Amino acid sequence: MEKHTDYAKIEKQARIRSRVRSTVVHILLSLWAVIVLFPFYWMVLTSVKSYSAYNSEYIPKFFTLSPTLQNYVDAFTAVPLGRYFTNTLVFTLITTLLMLAIITLAAFAFARLEFKGKRLAFTLLLSLMMIPNELVIITNFVTITDLGLRNTFTGLILPSVTSVFYIYLLKENFAQIPDELYYAAKVDGTSDFKYLTKVMIPICSPTMITIVILKVIECWNSYVWPRLITDDENYFLVSNGIQAIRESGFGRENIPAMMAAVVVISVPLIALFLVFRNKIMDGVSRGGTKG
Amino acid sequence: MEKNNAKGWLYLLPAILFLGVFMIYPLIDVFVYSFEEGYNSASQTFFGVGLYNYSYVLHDPYFLQALKNTFLLVIITVPLSTGLALLISTGLSSIKKLRNLFQTVYFLPYVTNTLAVGLVFMILFKKTAYTDGLVNLMINWFGGKSVDFIDGPYWAKMFVLCFYTIWIVMPFKVLILTSALASVDQNYYNAARIDGTSKFRIFTRITLPLISPMIFYLVITGFIGAFKAYSDAVALFGTDLNAAEMNTIVGYIYDMLYGNSGGYPSFASAAAIILFAIVLTITCINLIISKKHVHY
Repeated sequence: MEKHTDYAKIEKQARIRSRVRSTVVHILLSLWAVIVLFPFYWMVLTSVKSYSAYNSEYIPKFFTLSPTLQNYVDAFTAVPLGRYFTNTLVFTLITTLLMLAIITLAAFAFARLEFKGKRLAFTLLLSLMMIPNELVIITNFVTITDLGLRNTFTGLILPSVTSVFYIYLLKENFAQIPDELYYAAKVDGTSDFKYLTKVMIPICSPTMITIVILKVIECWNSYVWPRLITDDENYFLVSNGIQAIRESGFGRENIPAMMAAVVVISVPLIALFLVFRNKIMDGVSRGGTKG
Repeated sequence: MEKNNAKGWLYLLPAILFLGVFMIYPLIDVFVYSFEEGYNSASQTFFGVGLYNYSYVLHDPYFLQALKNTFLLVIITVPLSTGLALLISTGLSSIKKLRNLFQTVYFLPYVTNTLAVGLVFMILFKKTAYTDGLVNLMINWFGGKSVDFIDGPYWAKMFVLCFYTIWIVMPFKVLILTSALASVDQNYYNAARIDGTSKFRIFTRITLPLISPMIFYLVITGFIGAFKAYSDAVALFGTDLNAAEMNTIVGYIYDMLYGNSGGYPSFASAAAIILFAIVLTITCINLIISKKHVHY
């Protein structure tokens, strides 16, 4: 009888302890969530405060009772934010499409075709993965400058249309398709190219979509190369645009309008993330780093 | 199977062309540049061949400042962010209900534009004539004195840079560690629980050894990423990083190449090769240590 009560007591204690532990964990996790989310909140909040209201707040307020969209109007009219936006869109689209074509052909050759020197070529390719961008960007800058391609989309796009890592990723995925499919297609007289477009690409489309999304994120955020290669505002991408807005901006330090621009730049990627959440997180854990 | 040599290479041709022009040729060229003394980019001539570029870079006070900043950034952010990520992902894997929501929230910084969101951090920390900024307001609540984190003392600027860097790199680390924790075989935990092992002991004796390969992977990529820090600093302190005393090695390379202080591809190349050598050395040291300590 006495033992029975003991068990109940222990059980109760354990339950209390685990509840305390879970509460503490939740509080700590929420704390980090607040640190992550707060800058986003602050950016949206500041972007709807009016210029005069923002500048009269010596002690910043955590809310506003008279939100205004004027800053968004300013962001598109006083500075060429729309221009930066379309530039980035064009750059992202062309770069991603070109890259997809190039890496698909290369991955197909490595995964499916037999030819002399394949092993050596693939080993060389893998060793290129170690090369940091900083090492090659210097000559690329000189090359593009010498070709007279500064301040053109061609100059912006060309150096980033191949990716060793994505070739590798896609090749691994292509190689998982059973050989029997290929032989069957061969028997039916299907050409290699047709086999690639009709069989391999549809089967591997999940991986290809992941690659596209990761590349789009990379393009949208690219800063260093566009900064080196463009000094004409008409070719700025959003990253350079926001930097230009910060430095010369609205003629005066207009932080609410600047924040409106930041919101406009951030929204597309966040929307993309919320739609493709699982794909993006899966893709990043398979081979994305930030930097 | 029939071999079709020409066809294979034809499929590879576009990739080879682009990799050749924009990766392999530059890779050789960067070494050539770094040994050409007194290279003039306008006339494309140089006086001689030697190590002068390296010696110039290594004696340049701006480079030494960049070196110091980068090393400080690496030493502070890599252990802190990895430890914090371990803490957060352990917490995440112990809860069920809100896990997805927290994971989504934690991942958000990954999909933001570094330059754009950096501006938000700038206004949060900046002290201007109009306002002390939100962070200073909080410091005041606790009885501290306002500090200008953007144009103020060195340690304050370094603090903001580290804080922002950690904020940016956390999503990747939390993601990797959460999936590593999820892949640990539950049987180990059940066995330990039957033996009455304490939670702390389970963590240090079972969980840590089993996910140690992933931790080392994060440490290595963390080191490489932190050594290449640049755009976070630009976002916070503007493009003239030398004036702000906040330049990084990569920033130094780009400044040498282009901008007001630019036009010196030889110096930039020498600096880039020094950076590459540092990163390679650190990575090798990491790999040697990980061979000794990673279980599997």
